Amino acid sequence: MATKDTPVNDPMLDPITGEIRVIGPGHTFKSVTEKISRIVLTPHTPLGWYGGLFLAGGGATLLLIAVTWLFLRGTGIWGITQPVAWGFAIINFVWWIGIGHAGTLISAILLLFKQTWRNSINRFAEAMTIFAVVCAGMFPLIHTGRPWLGYWLFPLPFTMNVWPQFRSPLLWDVFAVSTYATISVVFWYIGMIPDLATLRDNAKSKVGQFFYGMIAMGWRGSVRHWVRYETASLLLAGLSTPLVLSVHTVISFDFAVALLPGWHTTIFPPYFVAGAVYSGFAMVLTLAIPIRKFYHLEDIVTIRHIDNMGKVMLVTGMIVAYGYGMEVFMSWYSASHWEYFMMWNRMFGPMGWSYWVLITCNIALPQLMWLRKFRSNVGLMFLMSFIVNTGMWFERFVIVVTSLTRDYLPSSWGTYKATRWDYATFVGTLGLFTFLFFLFIRLLPMIPMSELRILLPQAKIHPKDEPLPEAGD
Amino acid sequence: MPIQEGTYGLLAEFDTPSDLVRAAQTAYASGYRRMDCYTPYPVEEAAAAIGFHRDNVSLICLIGGLLGVVAMFSLETWISVWAYPLNVGGRPYYSWPAFVIPAYEWTILFSGLSAAFGMLAINGLPQVYHPLFNSPNFRSGATSDKFFLCLESTDPKFDVAESRTFLEGFEPVSVVEVEY
Repeated sequence: MATKDTPVNDPMLDPITGEIRVIGPGHTFKSVTEKISRIVLTPHTPLGWYGGLFLAGGGATLLLIAVTWLFLRGTGIWGITQPVAWGFAIINFVWWIGIGHAGTLISAILLLFKQTWRNSINRFAEAMTIFAVVCAGMFPLIHTGRPWLGYWLFPLPFTMNVWPQFRSPLLWDVFAVSTYATISVVFWYIGMIPDLATLRDNAKSKVGQFFYGMIAMGWRGSVRHWVRYETASLLLAGLSTPLVLSVHTVISFDFAVALLPGWHTTIFPPYFVAGAVYSGFAMVLTLAIPIRKFYHLEDIVTIRHIDNMGKVMLVTGMIVAYGYGMEVFMSWYSASHWEYFMMWNRMFGPMGWSYWVLITCNIALPQLMWLRKFRSNVGLMFLMSFIVNTGMWFERFVIVVTSLTRDYLPSSWGTYKATRWDYATFVGTLGLFTFLFFLFIRLLPMIPMSELRILLPQAKIHPKDEPLPEAGD
Repeated sequence: MPIQEGTYGLLAEFDTPSDLVRAAQTAYASGYRRMDCYTPYPVEEAAAAIGFHRDNVSLICLIGGLLGVVAMFSLETWISVWAYPLNVGGRPYYSWPAFVIPAYEWTILFSGLSAAFGMLAINGLPQVYHPLFNSPNFRSGATSDKFFLCLESTDPKFDVAESRTFLEGFEPVSVVEVEY
């Protein structure tokens, strides 16, 4: 397939299929182990890592300041007011949780579909999920205004005898997001146990041996353990798949169950889920491209991965485009005055510019990904990942803000302007996310070694009558 | 568990998974039962070779999931109908379609946690000490690039000298006697 525009003797091409390899040639069980575990176990931390951690830490500190000020002064420091009571907090919540979805998609859905190319990217995609959920989960909580009463959201026996109201989508969110966070962490950790054992056995320092030894829980690679482990992984993948679809569906219910024009629509669940995967894959690219360059992982996270992720983005982007199209169509076809006005306002109202930013970033520019040349150009794909995530942020902005500013009654119309604290909180979560990610790549194995070994040709079992292949064959 | 002394077993080291699978198949055919293979990634053929086919993780997961759905649905019903009946826009107290969603989430939560922790529990993990870790070649290879077959001393057919000769017949990289 890829043979036309690449030289035939390129070592990254598989001579049999003519496709770009998922893993570079010449790797052995040992070289994979060494290459990945060295990133974590080396006593020499690269200077660039410190620089990145410092910058990201600055962002995380900004978040700390913004949230502290918020707790001292209340949500009045944000731009939220009537009629736009949701504002940045909910936009960011939906955006972040959407980003997390690609991690689960890669680790669960692609596992069920036996897409082995995902083996090398699933670990850091899952880490991305968890850190994104950390950032996301914070927003509704701090948006409540009294976050110290957050435990009221859970059905706990209090002395006041007050219980949650289970007919509200906002409460469904609590269960969806908390389940998603828990299952993602468990799936991630379970997947990491064999690699932690590898790190334990390769660590030279006492601290490393103890630390990885404890969290590897004594994994020793017994095949009986492996069989149960594989079953548990498959079950977790099978459970995460409906879970990830349900999470963004429930989040879309926050909007769709309300009666506001522009929110009250049945297209929301599928198009929210597709949008989530779309932005998540963009974020995986944003992270994977610099990491593979910095740690010289080009033969493990290959052009094939970037190309495939481009294809997934193209597909999910088209589903999202269908969603936008259907919204426009329904606002006309419903013959509802309110729906019609909502769409006009969204496109040409005072905030109409944001709709066109969204269309440009999410639909127009990503069409370039039809070209294989574009998808296999690392620099351009890196740029595209930013464009798509900007577009997806604006999608949530358009949904939350333009619908709320002008609802049924013109006398209650208003406007929305974010304050510097809104921006500080958002930039702060970007900092926190990056900060956690930097810690992750230094302390934990970011590429699953045990799963990479399966991809090697040496892993094939030869029956008795066949001659054994030479080592490294 | 009482302190055990003596030999835990004989550990044969192989370079390729194919060698391991052949050795395990032959050992099983010769009547060894208390044995295990150790591999740096899942080798299903090796598990099949030592006669291990079924695991109970799925059952535990199912039980967990059922527990989750029943727990949440009954909690919602009890709260909304008896403990704190609240009229919200005239909706019935028993609004079961709305209750489905948290119950669905808890089904996944409970079954996922049961699958993960059930798997660890049946595997006997966490278990930070194991006699095999006394063998240096096991520590450096089992989680990286080597394949091991361990015949355990609790097997009735086990005899240090005989079993060693038996294992050496497969031309392994090494055969090590592992102490408790």
